[in-house]
Amino acid sequence: MLNDSILSLITFVPTAGAFVVAFLPRRGKVIQWFTLLVTLTTFVLTLHLPAHFNYGQTGFQFEQDRAWITSPNIRYHLGVDGISTWLVVLVGFLSILGVLASWNAISTRTKEFYFLFLIQQTAMLGVFVSLDMFLYYGFWELSLVPMAILIAMFGRNRGPQAAIKFFLYTFIPSALLLVALLWLYSKTGTFDFVETQKFLSQYGALLSPQALWWVSLAFLAAFAVKVPVFPLHGWLADVFSEAPTAMAMVVAGKLGLYSIIRFNLGLFPEQSRQIAPLMIALAAIGVLYGALVALVQDDMKRLIAFSTVGHLSLILLGIFCFTVVGLNGAVYHVINHEFSGAAFLILLGILYERYGTYEMSKYGGLAAKLPRMATLYIITTLSLIGLPILNGFVGEFLILSSSFGVHPGWAIAATVTVILNAGYMLLLIQKVFFGPESHLVASHPHSDIVAREGFALVPAAVLMLVLGVASPYWIRTIDTAVSRLAQNVAHVTSTLTTTIAEKR
Amino acid sequence: MTSSLHLWLIPIVPFAGFLVNGLLGRRFPKAMVTAIAWIATVIPFIQVLTIAARFSSLALPYSENLGRWIVAGNFHADFTFALDQLTLIMLLVVTGVGFLIHIYSAGYMVHEDGYWRFFAYLNLFMFFMLTLVLAENFLLLFVGWEGVGLSSYLLIGYYFDRDSAASAGKKAFVVNRIGDFGFLIALFLLIAHFGTLSFSGIFSQITLHPEWQCGFLTPIALFLVMGATGKSAQIPLYVWLPDAMEGPTPVSALIHAATMVTAGVYMIARSHVIFDRCPLALTTVAVIGAATALFAATIGLVQTDIKRVLAYSTVSQLGYMFLACGVAAYSAGIFHLLTHAFFKALLFLAAGSVIHALSGEQDMRVMGGLRKKIPITFWTMTMAVFAIAGIPPFAGFFSKDEILYQAFISPNGAGKILWFVGLLTAALTSFYMFRLWYLTFFGESRAHEAAAHTPEPSHHAEKEEHKHPVHESPWVMLLPLVILAILSVIGGWVGVPAALGGHAEFFHFLAPVTQNGTEAAEGSKSLDLLLTIASVAAAVIGWFVAHLMYFMKPELPKQLAANLRGLYTLLLNKYWVDELYSAVIVTPLLLVSRYVLKGLLDTGVITGGSLAMAYTTQGVGSLLQRWQSGNIRSYAGWLAIGAAALLLLTYFGFGAHFSFR
Repeated sequence: MLNDSILSLITFVPTAGAFVVAFLPRRGKVIQWFTLLVTLTTFVLTLHLPAHFNYGQTGFQFEQDRAWITSPNIRYHLGVDGISTWLVVLVGFLSILGVLASWNAISTRTKEFYFLFLIQQTAMLGVFVSLDMFLYYGFWELSLVPMAILIAMFGRNRGPQAAIKFFLYTFIPSALLLVALLWLYSKTGTFDFVETQKFLSQYGALLSPQALWWVSLAFLAAFAVKVPVFPLHGWLADVFSEAPTAMAMVVAGKLGLYSIIRFNLGLFPEQSRQIAPLMIALAAIGVLYGALVALVQDDMKRLIAFSTVGHLSLILLGIFCFTVVGLNGAVYHVINHEFSGAAFLILLGILYERYGTYEMSKYGGLAAKLPRMATLYIITTLSLIGLPILNGFVGEFLILSSSFGVHPGWAIAATVTVILNAGYMLLLIQKVFFGPESHLVASHPHSDIVAREGFALVPAAVLMLVLGVASPYWIRTIDTAVSRLAQNVAHVTSTLTTTIAEKR
Repeated sequence: MTSSLHLWLIPIVPFAGFLVNGLLGRRFPKAMVTAIAWIATVIPFIQVLTIAARFSSLALPYSENLGRWIVAGNFHADFTFALDQLTLIMLLVVTGVGFLIHIYSAGYMVHEDGYWRFFAYLNLFMFFMLTLVLAENFLLLFVGWEGVGLSSYLLIGYYFDRDSAASAGKKAFVVNRIGDFGFLIALFLLIAHFGTLSFSGIFSQITLHPEWQCGFLTPIALFLVMGATGKSAQIPLYVWLPDAMEGPTPVSALIHAATMVTAGVYMIARSHVIFDRCPLALTTVAVIGAATALFAATIGLVQTDIKRVLAYSTVSQLGYMFLACGVAAYSAGIFHLLTHAFFKALLFLAAGSVIHALSGEQDMRVMGGLRKKIPITFWTMTMAVFAIAGIPPFAGFFSKDEILYQAFISPNGAGKILWFVGLLTAALTSFYMFRLWYLTFFGESRAHEAAAHTPEPSHHAEKEEHKHPVHESPWVMLLPLVILAILSVIGGWVGVPAALGGHAEFFHFLAPVTQNGTEAAEGSKSLDLLLTIASVAAAVIGWFVAHLMYFMKPELPKQLAANLRGLYTLLLNKYWVDELYSAVIVTPLLLVSRYVLKGLLDTGVITGGSLAMAYTTQGVGSLLQRWQSGNIRSYAGWLAIGAAALLLLTYFGFGAHFSFR
């Protein structure tokens, strides 16, 4: 029965691969080819999930639930629902891109790099599939450690500082998360997510409301730093600009946002509703703040870091408005933003490999020399600024239109970002690709996109169009989970259709 | 029952052309690129003509649903195309004028390097523009709306190695995005109130509720207007259009004159059911239109770059269309859209032919005396000048006259003022168009003055490497000119009002779409005749003044400019609006972002805060080093111990010891 063990297989194939990598010879590109094979295998395995997804079933699928440790009661419980299914596939896909992006960029200590890279992949997959919260916490912590080491070892000059910053930022709130988990265990006697959810919805009222409030806050703090939510984004720009491309691609966003949806909305609907006004305000401010600061960056990696703050804040807005449409849009936008953002980071990495700098002002007039690269940059840019029929638009529109129904003021403020996003992204394109050739560009030999890079980026560009045109295919899966969740969170998940209609 | 019309083919064929030329065109010979682009445009044109031929036998409104695009919760938007009278007219304009400009471009662009790229973008534009006019819901319309903006961005920046062109493209996109912001808010409001974005869904609900007046419909309409001012280059968002002249001239003709910029007018006419309920929004549209018409016309009076004159003229003429929509005379607005597409496309293409003849020269001060050298260009352009100036019986006369008449008899209190502003603008239009005509084609050649008037070499960079003597353009360029010239003469005859012995077929044709039940105001024939005489008089006065200043006494303009130095400088610098926007909006925004947000907040508070945290940790760490090895693992161990301690604390009554409120 593949359905029962598929999640274990997906999660631990990269780990097995990592241990094989440890014994491979450091000769030629053996390690790279092998890691590519592992990530391709994992990706193919992840495709099993959407292929056999049961749309009629709410709740978790592909479950595997075994006793593991009896005391304390920790189970080996895996499972995915409509929210996590496509995130697992996304991790599978991004890992392939990550290998291709690191192919030449990582030239020394490749064995260490790809070993940790694959461990990191297992950690991320584990976070999405664990239904036992202790297991989840293990994967969560595991996702921080290899990341920090990779940033320190393989980052640019200031990599170690960035790694320390990242570690401090994310590790301290994670300790709070552990405390909160242990407290919950002391009350419920289980680490199982489904059991805990049932317990809290039935007996939650018997627990001290203040303690529950603090516990939910500990969860939120750990996740909010990892997203990162404004104003906790202090680590992001440094990590983006120092980390190797393959790490910058996966460091922000999906893990934290997924965990907020799964745990804060799933376990603490009451507390989430109470803190929603604050989170919505922070989200809307983050959207504008990220875009405005991106507007005045010269370092392209930092520009993308702040752009990411803006996009992730937008997703947060969609989450905390608790509408079915907004949650659908939020999850869909997680997928699409990670995807397009990763593609853009790879493109930046390619430029860096050729010219050795991320400073926009040093570039100019590249379009005439590298037309294929310019085309890919422009397509990805259009996806990031939400051009309709490309993937970025769908989630953005669903989030903004649904949050407008609940919090029109904040939604209007967040919508201003469509102007600012276009502003800073097109400024980047203009500075790098248009105008007369700069000294830097003229003095370097040029080579356009090569086959290996095209192998990563051309499918990505095609998928941007497909994800933008055929969104119902993905949202159908997502909707099976979020519609139930939205009912739990809001007393009435009325979109504005009813609320404003009454007013007129 | 009508069999399927396969409307989806109309946009998809140009898209296929875009893909083929865009992906493979670099390797194709120019003839092959041209053939693909032409075929991808002529097929939709023929299809539209076929539909038009059997139009009377169709069951209208016709629509076809191609599937779901976005579905989430209770909201969905579909790929639905629809056809009615208004769409048919737009389709004819877009495919017809579009095809002619594709033909012309093959001659005009033949020396350019990125020939394939140009045609790929042009086909992409056709795809989005046709999607825009065929869309049956606001969201699909928005696809076309944003998409034409993208094509416009790419084509304005076609000469991307020039900074001015790259900046102009970006400016066009970002300014359009300001309008799109308004459009999006309007869409959010529509979803909130109607739960759908389908035209039929929204309009039928409004029709069912005659008691919905103003109220919640007004903000929707006003935000739609904001979107329209961006795309159709109206005050306050018109600033991108003059700069857009950095693009190749056929692009200016197709996108920035005949089709894309009319999208705002089309959108307002399309949603007239909403606007009819909002007198405030209608008045706003009318005032914006009239103000823009006059404002842009005054700037056009003194410009010396032939394409800039035409650009401001376009802004001004779009103002007329807004004015028409604003007095609820939507069909008059669409009528002017139609005739304007003919004569303004012709003006740009003829100007392109002049520029081509002069090897890239765009400054009218160094033209002159071209009448005999390029006679076909001269005669075709003459038709266009007469048409835009409103000389009967050319096309522009009928459409402009209808707008002025409708403004005059409109129940709107400001109708008479709007009419007068329109009339004044008509005189100014006539003046600056004949000024262009005289400066370009009459008198002696002033080519020897070129050195004195080349302040900005970038304007002449379009084809400067091909210097050759003045010559008439090849037939591939002249044929579209001739066809458009014929249309500029007869194009208005489908809308001759009853007062002039016509049957106003155009308005009867559009009546099923634009009829709103309230458009009851009917003037008398004698009034119509009187107003017609007034507008003809305005046109003739404008022509006469231009004749006097630029033909009889060529020294007069300089004296006038010297005597009215302040006014002249104001107009020459376009009222300093660009500088104003830059000083009031762009610069402060960047300053605040750079120094307050990035500098103070991000570097100061947020990074500083984390640095402080890091140093504190480091300090504590160095203290701990006395007991500890200082590696990461031991820190993790300490964290675990701390966590356990906290756990114990909470286990024995966390809540009892702390108060959180």
